[in-house]
Amino acid sequence: MEITSHSFWTLIHGMGFGALYLLAGSGALIELRHRFYPSGANQDRTRGRFLGWYLAAMAALAWLTVLTGTYLIYPWYRTPPPAGTANLAAYPRAFLLAHPSTSAWHSIGMEWKEHVAWLVPIAITMAAVVAIRHRNQLAHSVSLRVTLQSFVVLSLVAAGIAGFFGAMLDKAAPVDGGAQIQIVKEYGK
Amino acid sequence: MSAARNTNVDSPELVPNGPAAAAILSAGIGSFAMALITVLADRSAAFKLLLTFSKPVGPLSGVTTIAVVLWIAAWIFLDLLWKRRDLRLASIGWVAIVLFALSLLLTFPPLGDLL
Repeated sequence: MEITSHSFWTLIHGMGFGALYLLAGSGALIELRHRFYPSGANQDRTRGRFLGWYLAAMAALAWLTVLTGTYLIYPWYRTPPPAGTANLAAYPRAFLLAHPSTSAWHSIGMEWKEHVAWLVPIAITMAAVVAIRHRNQLAHSVSLRVTLQSFVVLSLVAAGIAGFFGAMLDKAAPVDGGAQIQIVKEYGK
Repeated sequence: MSAARNTNVDSPELVPNGPAAAAILSAGIGSFAMALITVLADRSAAFKLLLTFSKPVGPLSGVTTIAVVLWIAAWIFLDLLWKRRDLRLASIGWVAIVLFALSLLLTFPPLGDLL
């Protein structure tokens, strides 16, 4: 059982950081929803602190997702093929653009994904900082809670778009190559 | 120091909401800057070339770096401006949400191309 280093990092980026962000998002929404119904001052304070650090962990995931995506995987995706290359399978961007039936996966899918993903860390970093610095106001201000909840929802929409196109692009033209990583040597022979 | 902290915990209304408003609005501004730079880069090949801060990454490196710098700059500026003020958080929140939602739409290539 083997995997290439490029596939491995694509997995870490999408299934690790990105998917974990989406999963964590539902938890953040539930926690914010709880804060609409405060059930006691002491519990509020504990919850406020928890929410802040929970959102900070989500912000870390969002930054890790966009940084690995942009500076590690995207350069592999957009590597131009040498002139005269007939088999474009190792050059995902060129491969997609070479066929009219797949070109929109790049011109719409990747073009949207690469930009919309960067809106996520902006939104969630703000939400984390506000939840940590203003956790007492959060318990009392409906406007602040509504705004934070809206930003968490919008960040999930943006992450969902990026995640969907990431998965579809990796099906249409996988980022592959690099060193072989052996996961299991031999099994069931 | 601990007395001041206790005062804030027990009396949240004493803490101005200006810094929260600054963080919220700057997130809207940063997002919208990202969308605007993306649309402008698609309009001009020369601008696209200028945005290529990293050759392997291409113009995306410039678009995202400039947007993040503008976001942080807007945050610092608004925070300094509003740190002792109480503002209408609902209005500022809605402006930021609209800016963010517009950014989601503008980064969608078929919509960005219409501008």
